[in-house]
Amino acid sequence: MELFLMALTNGIMVGGIYALVAIGWVLIYKCSGVLNLAMGEMTLIGAYLSLTFYSMGVPFFLALLISISIGFVLGILTERIFLDKLIGEPVLAVIMLTVGLSFFFRGSIELIWGTDTRVFDPPIFSLEPIKLGPASISEVYLWSFIAAIILLIIFVCFFKYTRWGLAMQATADDEMAALSIGISARFVYAIAWAIAFVAAGVGGTLLGNINGLNISVGYLGLLVLPAVVLGGLNSIPGAIVGGIAIGLLQNFTGVYLDRFFPGAVKEIAPFVFMAVFLLFKPYGIWGWERIERV
Amino acid sequence: MVVSNNIKEGDILLELRDIYMYFGKVCALADINLQIRKGEIHSVIGPNGAGKTVMMNIINGLYHPQKGNIYYKGQKVNKLRPYQRAKLGLARTFQKVEVFGGMTVLDNIRLGRHIHLNSGIFSGSAYIGKTAREEIEHRTFIEEEIIDLLEIEHIRHKSVGMLPYGLQKRVELGRALALEPELLILDEPLAGLNLEEVEDLARFILDINEDERWKVTCLLVEHDMGVVMDLSDHVLAINFGNVIVDGTPEEVQNNPEVIKAYLGDEDLYATRA
Repeated sequence: MELFLMALTNGIMVGGIYALVAIGWVLIYKCSGVLNLAMGEMTLIGAYLSLTFYSMGVPFFLALLISISIGFVLGILTERIFLDKLIGEPVLAVIMLTVGLSFFFRGSIELIWGTDTRVFDPPIFSLEPIKLGPASISEVYLWSFIAAIILLIIFVCFFKYTRWGLAMQATADDEMAALSIGISARFVYAIAWAIAFVAAGVGGTLLGNINGLNISVGYLGLLVLPAVVLGGLNSIPGAIVGGIAIGLLQNFTGVYLDRFFPGAVKEIAPFVFMAVFLLFKPYGIWGWERIERV
Repeated sequence: MVVSNNIKEGDILLELRDIYMYFGKVCALADINLQIRKGEIHSVIGPNGAGKTVMMNIINGLYHPQKGNIYYKGQKVNKLRPYQRAKLGLARTFQKVEVFGGMTVLDNIRLGRHIHLNSGIFSGSAYIGKTAREEIEHRTFIEEEIIDLLEIEHIRHKSVGMLPYGLQKRVELGRALALEPELLILDEPLAGLNLEEVEDLARFILDINEDERWKVTCLLVEHDMGVVMDLSDHVLAINFGNVIVDGTPEEVQNNPEVIKAYLGDEDLYATRA
């Protein structure tokens, strides 16, 4: 029972971080139809930026804030320099460009920060586990989860209640119509990339706090793909539910199935689940179903 | 952007001067001249593929012609992008409805207010102060005037993608009206509608054009000759990218070239038989 509760709480907590990264993914897909395969590297960049400032002696919260601001600018630059030229081109071309971007980012990261694992030193969160009723979780998980939830709420409100959020949805839905009512598609894309960079950066920083930071944290960014697909590529609530589902799945398979399939069952379980799930619900939980009216 | 606002009824609102548009070697429009006067309904007719929609896209800014100039209220607008032209008071509907299918009717129309909302991206994130005040004013406008005019009260919370075609066209028109445009481009608003819907929409267009509240100048592309001749102050007929005639409905109706372009050359059939 204790094992079950531990897997449950840890799953939910890590799921919160996945959800955050998933939001970045959904945001870009939602307003431009592009699956951004450089998302994992974007989480890394944000994480390394926070780490750099933190190790320079800047308080953690401030370091995170600086990293967020730089991420925002980097997002706009990425869109302006690389993606702006491809507006109106086939989506596949843009996706391939994001693959290129991911290599470019990865190379730059290795060049700047090296390939060794680095940790936030001194640790930001105490290593003493916190007792939550019968289950105990580490402090870093709890805080990551809380931070993720706060950011998620901000993003959801932004999308639902502001005109820019609405403008983003409109651009995704029908770019030509959006242009005709005075929405600048270029501006919307730039903002989407900026926000995606920010979300990824915060997610990366939190992940980096859990197990230290090296290039493989970027693969966690890719792990979010099943979360996004599960929720439906264009749904923010879907990303949240998907993220938590993947977190749970990972922890439960890690706890219960590792005995039978020793090794990395934890890593592949989300992908297996995604494949099976998509057989039955090809649009994800809340994805747009394209209905043809004849 | 400085645009003089003191344009009186009957003054030229939009002018196309010597427009040429090529796609590769295909000449879609050649030497098009058009003057739209404020307060009028100016229609464009022509067989399919004549270049009507290309012309609308040029006016709207989706296409940029290789030669020629576009003037809006005397200002050259060649280089402006569609969203910048929308801010000048130019709205449009599309031949194939372009609505935001995943959103409600109300959200669709509300998006048309985008250019009239001034709150920035950060203050716009919080529903306080300026944003709240703006919201209330715009909501009254949308709910009381547009939704009322177009008689779509009963479907306002429905998702647009699920609505029948005729209603989608109305929503699209409502969204364009929400911009409070001075010039409204209507690209085949009646295509695919049944008789009753055609009558309704034709009435709306007249309302928009004549009602003191709106007084919107309309540029209408349409195949329904009955409606075109009834509504329009001026009609421009084009074929293969060339102007056949530009004049009052009577002049156009009696023009032999127009009859030929629309009904086909009878002699041609005679020789084939």
